[in-house]
Amino acid sequence: MSESVAVNNAAKVKMTARDVKVFYGDNQAIHGIDMDIIENEVIAFIGPSGCGKSTFLRCLNRMNDTIDICRVTGEIALDGQNIYHPSLDVVQLRAQVGMVFQKPNPFPKSIYENIAYGPKLHGLASKKSDLDDIVESSLRRAGLWNEVKDRLSQPGTGLSGGQQQRLCIARSIAVSPEVILMDEPCSALDPIATSIIEELIDELKQNFTIVIVTHNMQQAARVSDRTAFFHLGNLIELGVTNDVFTNPKQKKTEDYITGRYG
Amino acid sequence: MNNLSLILMLLVLMAIAYQFGMTRSRSIAGGNNSSSMHSRPHHYGMMVGLWAVLPPLAVMLVWNWLAPSVIDGMVIASIPAEFKPELEQAAIVMRRISNLAANFGIVAEAADWELNAASYLTGLKQQSALMLTALMFVVASLGLLLSFRKIQPSLRARHQVERVTMGLLLLCSTVAILTTVGIVLSMVGETLKFFTFVKPSEFFFGTTWNPRFSTAGVADGSLTGSQGSFGLLPLLSGTMLVALIAMIVAIPLGLMVAIYLAEYAPSKVRNTVKPVIEILAGIPTIVYGFFALVTVGPFLSDIGASMGLTIRATSALTAGVVMGIMIVPFISSLSDDILTQVPKTLRDGSLGLGATKSETIRKVVLPAALPGIVGAVLLAVSRAIGETMIVVLAAGNSPSVTANPFEAVSTVTVTIVNQLTGDNDFASPQSLVAFALGLTLFVITLLLNVVALVIVRKYREQYE
Repeated sequence: MSESVAVNNAAKVKMTARDVKVFYGDNQAIHGIDMDIIENEVIAFIGPSGCGKSTFLRCLNRMNDTIDICRVTGEIALDGQNIYHPSLDVVQLRAQVGMVFQKPNPFPKSIYENIAYGPKLHGLASKKSDLDDIVESSLRRAGLWNEVKDRLSQPGTGLSGGQQQRLCIARSIAVSPEVILMDEPCSALDPIATSIIEELIDELKQNFTIVIVTHNMQQAARVSDRTAFFHLGNLIELGVTNDVFTNPKQKKTEDYITGRYG
Repeated sequence: MNNLSLILMLLVLMAIAYQFGMTRSRSIAGGNNSSSMHSRPHHYGMMVGLWAVLPPLAVMLVWNWLAPSVIDGMVIASIPAEFKPELEQAAIVMRRISNLAANFGIVAEAADWELNAASYLTGLKQQSALMLTALMFVVASLGLLLSFRKIQPSLRARHQVERVTMGLLLLCSTVAILTTVGIVLSMVGETLKFFTFVKPSEFFFGTTWNPRFSTAGVADGSLTGSQGSFGLLPLLSGTMLVALIAMIVAIPLGLMVAIYLAEYAPSKVRNTVKPVIEILAGIPTIVYGFFALVTVGPFLSDIGASMGLTIRATSALTAGVVMGIMIVPFISSLSDDILTQVPKTLRDGSLGLGATKSETIRKVVLPAALPGIVGAVLLAVSRAIGETMIVVLAAGNSPSVTANPFEAVSTVTVTIVNQLTGDNDFASPQSLVAFALGLTLFVITLLLNVVALVIVRKYREQYE
């Protein structure tokens, strides 16, 4: 699989995965994956349901730790540092590698408190005015500021689905992560809200490295620089998005993107 | 034939009619049973069974309701004119006659006319029973035959059966509701009677509780003179003090248990610990009561002595602490359910932002669950306020307005027990006050429950 992980030398590698295996109890969900994730790229994970793409995504900020029976082996590094090393604190890791979930999950608090939650935890703002600035800039970058600036004290759960998802993106931006993981961020949204989020992803990649899991192949083709195709817990193919979709190297990839299965 | 055997016969009849109806519907349907008939065979069977049983049952009820007064009237009318009783005496005479007829409980020598009336009564009763049996038989056969003949593919038997079932369910819920209404109404009635003796303002705002018992030399008709004071406040303050102490013990303990079980405990531990804690809720409160009296009270008293405090063995503190322990499973179990209902996506969202587990619990899970927990606590409070046996044994029964938890107090429930036990005239204010107290307690707990339910309902809508 060495050709699929080969990376343009000019780009800086942000995260690396080597021989990552994931077990749920006795079930092996992922059978040894190697991957490099490049700084400031958008990398999309595609594949049929149950192929392990979400599981692998959740390894990247150790969200799998919250599942009792889940066990991860191999090595994943962020900026060259193994994130599964005992000396590394998972809390710090998750501040660097943020996550946006499939279903919008705003806290049952005000819009302001939703954004301020992370910065307050990490002590990023010493004054109220600093916090206000973080909230405003996060909402602006998530393209939500103009819609909510007059009702920051209202509950975040009262927004529409698309707005809620952008609120969750703003919430993860607010802690200034380096990598943002998105687990099917648009699967619960209508086409208009989806296209707004896709535009947002395009802007965010200036500042963040984005890993996005999606079931929607058009979406992967639209937003990502590189695409990884997963099948049955294996990484089948990883390459520049255009190549993967127009000229796949593997038979399985071709079958999947032409709709022959999955 | 008596009523019980009539009912048994009706049940047998129902079983037979059910078979008839089912067989007939099957034979009408022929081979293609499901398509041609409107309802399933057992619906037809049930319908015939109900038609065979419900009308005679109604006849029986009406008959048993009307027959006694008709028979009484006939017996009274048969009494020779010279012995005819006055209207208000009629009931007494009738009771004596029916005692004679039953050959039971006769005091004096019976007069001839009484014996005649008694044997007339016996005859009438036998006739009545015979007529009832015959009438029921006729009605039952008619119902069975008519409904049996009505069976045809287009007959909507299922609708009839379902309507009867619904009526039955309605009847059951009505019984429950009417019982509640009846209890409340009777309490209101007795309370109003109590307020003819004592002014409501004296009751609700009085600060002395000293109900002298009516046997202690109150002259007839001069109840107002030395009937004692019925001030609610000492009892209410005692109740509140004990409940407050119970909450101070139970809320932190219960919540910590709930948080541990819901968030930290491995599923193995949780599955053992939760039922064990819930066993606490199954201990009879009287057991808690003597536990408080024999163990906790002296223990607290000793601790107080070692610190230079005077703590009575039976005090608000003792009762409150033990009551708090009693309520722990109530709070922990409800709160645990509420905490586990908080969606995992919220926890993930918080953890994904780099929050620690304890930060997530404190800042996301608990606030989200707070309305539900408040509801659970309010339910527990109303439980504490209504609790009796622990305070009867352990609170010291001394009605006084005090905020000192080391003193003995008395509560509303304890006082109700005191007022109603022993030899009492039930028309005296000393007994009637129990109903006023009970009603007050009922209103307080009702309000708490309503508030709790409103809060819990609001909580349910939150994650939609």
